[in-house]
Amino acid sequence: MSIPPVASARDSRRLKRGAFAGVLLRELRGYLITPVAWLFTVIFLLLAGALTFYLGGLFERGQADLQPFFQFHPWLYLVLVPALAMRLWAEERRSGTLELLMTLPIRPWEAVLAKFLAAWICVGVALALTFPMWLTIDYLGNPDNGAILAGYLGSLLLAGAFLAIGECVSAMTRSQVIAFILTAAICFLLLMAGYPLVQQPVQALGWPVFADALAELSLYAHFNAISRGVLDLRDLAYFLLTIAFWLTACVVVLDTKRGA
Amino acid sequence: MIETERLGKRYGTLQAVDDLDLRVTAGQVLGLLGPNGAGKSTSMRIIAGYLLPTSGSARVCGHDVVRDPLNARRALGYLPEGAPSYGEMKVREFLRFAARIRGLRGIPRDRRMGEMIALLQLEAVLERTIETLSKGFRRRVCLAQALLHDPPALILDEPTDGLDPNQQREVHALIRDMARDRAIILCTHALNEVSTVCNRVAILSDGRLRVQGTPAELEAQSRYHGAVSFHAPANALLRELLARLPEVQEVEIDPGDGRVTVFPRAGARILGEVQRLLDAQGAKVDELQLERGRLDEVFSRVTGHVATARAA
Repeated sequence: MSIPPVASARDSRRLKRGAFAGVLLRELRGYLITPVAWLFTVIFLLLAGALTFYLGGLFERGQADLQPFFQFHPWLYLVLVPALAMRLWAEERRSGTLELLMTLPIRPWEAVLAKFLAAWICVGVALALTFPMWLTIDYLGNPDNGAILAGYLGSLLLAGAFLAIGECVSAMTRSQVIAFILTAAICFLLLMAGYPLVQQPVQALGWPVFADALAELSLYAHFNAISRGVLDLRDLAYFLLTIAFWLTACVVVLDTKRGA
Repeated sequence: MIETERLGKRYGTLQAVDDLDLRVTAGQVLGLLGPNGAGKSTSMRIIAGYLLPTSGSARVCGHDVVRDPLNARRALGYLPEGAPSYGEMKVREFLRFAARIRGLRGIPRDRRMGEMIALLQLEAVLERTIETLSKGFRRRVCLAQALLHDPPALILDEPTDGLDPNQQREVHALIRDMARDRAIILCTHALNEVSTVCNRVAILSDGRLRVQGTPAELEAQSRYHGAVSFHAPANALLRELLARLPEVQEVEIDPGDGRVTVFPRAGARILGEVQRLLDAQGAKVDELQLERGRLDEVFSRVTGHVATARAA
C-alpha cells in the first residue's frame, strides 16, 4: 500500500480550521435545537429582571446606572452557568460520542476551545438580550454609558470564567450532576476568595501570604472593579488568564483520561 | 496498512493488552476474535487514537498513533464499538459535521456524501433525528461516517451487531468490496462473519494474541477437521466397526439429533474408508459430510473453554 502524501501546510491549515469550525458549529446548532439554551436565556432574563427591580431597587435608588442589575450576575451565573457547562464533556463521555470525536483528526485543544466559545456565545446572546434594561435607564436618566458597557464586559468575562471552570470539571466525570455541583462549589469559593467566608478559615490556618494570594484570586473583587466602570488592564488580564488556565486544565484532564 | 508492535495497555494491575503484534496490509481483512474483555476494543481504541498505549507502538499507514496522531487519524476510518453518534442531530447534519472535520467541503463533499448515502441506503432517513432511528440505521450512519473520507485503513468494531440478516449480508458484501485496496480490521463475535469476509483471523484472549492465520488454517486446527459426519439409525455394531478402522480416532453420536461424527487420527483422510465400510454394511445414511473444521470449537479451545466445544 502506498503511504498517502503528508498533507501540505495549506491542507493542514484548512483541515485545522475545518475541525475547529466543525465542532463550533455543531455545538451552536445544538444550542438552537435543544431546549438547553432557550431555557437558559429565558430563566436568565426573568431572574435578572426580577432581581434588578425587586431586590436591587433600580427605580427607588434614583440613580441612572445599572449597578443594581450587574450586582446580581455572579449569583445568577453561579446557578445557571454550571448547568450550561455540565454537559459539555460529561454527556459526550456517557453517550460514547467522546470516542468518536477524539478519533477524528482534531486536536484536543481545538475541541475544548470550540466548545467553550460556543457556550460563551450562548451566554453572550442571553446577556445581550437584556438591552431593554439599558434602554430604560438611558431613557429615564443620563447614565454613564461607558460604565454600563464595562459592566457588560465584566459580566461576560465572569460568565466566561465560570464556563471554563465548568468545562474542565465536566471533562473529569461522566455524571452531569457531579459536574454541576462541583462547578458551582468551585465557582462559589472563587467568588468568595477575598471575603471572610474563605479568608477566615485560611487565616486561621496561619498562612497570611497564602490568604493574601487567595484574596487576589477573588472573582468577585475583579468583577466588581470592572462593573463599577473602572476598566483596569489587570482585571481584564485576570479574567483572560483564569479562562486560559481552566481551558488548559481541561485539555490536560482529557489527555490524562486517555492514558488512564 | 495497520501495524502494532508489542502493543500493551495496563489499567492498574490489569494487563488489558499484552505484547500485541498485528500487521494488516492492503487487501487483507483481519477478523479479530476473542471473548468479552479479551482486549479487542482496547487495542482498537489505541490504534484509533482514543486511548494511549502503556507500552509498544501502533502505526496507521506509517504514521505513529502517538507521535503523529492527526495524520494517523486522517488515514483511518473508525467505527467504534456501539456505533456512537450525536442523537440530537439529523443524519445529514451529522455526516456534514464529520465531513467538515475531515476537511471535506464543497463538491467533493457532496459527492462523497451522496455515495455513502446510496451505499448504506440512508436516503429515507436523511432528515430524521438520529436518536429516533432503529439500531440498524444508527450503525449504518456511524459506518457512513467512518467511510466518508475514503480511508486506506479501516477499523470496524462489531459492524453488523443489531443488523438483520439482509443488512448483514449487504455490509459483508461492502466490506469484501472495500477490502481490495484497503487494510481492514474487523472485531466481531459472529464466527460466520469471519468465514464470509475475513481472509485472516486472530484470536485474542486475556489481552494476548493466541492464534493467527487464514480461516482455513484455523479450521484445520479443529478436531473436526477432516471428520466425517452423517445421519444414520442407531446401530451399535456400525459404531463399533467404525471405531475399529485404523485411521479413526473416535466416534461420537450427538445425543440430540443422533448425528454420527467420525474423527480421524491427526492428519488422516478417512472419507473413503468410512464410505466403503458403510457400503459394505449396507447402512442407510443421510447427509454424509466431510467436515472442514469448526471455528467455534477452535475459538473455545484457544480461549480456554474446552467444555463447551463438545456441545457445539
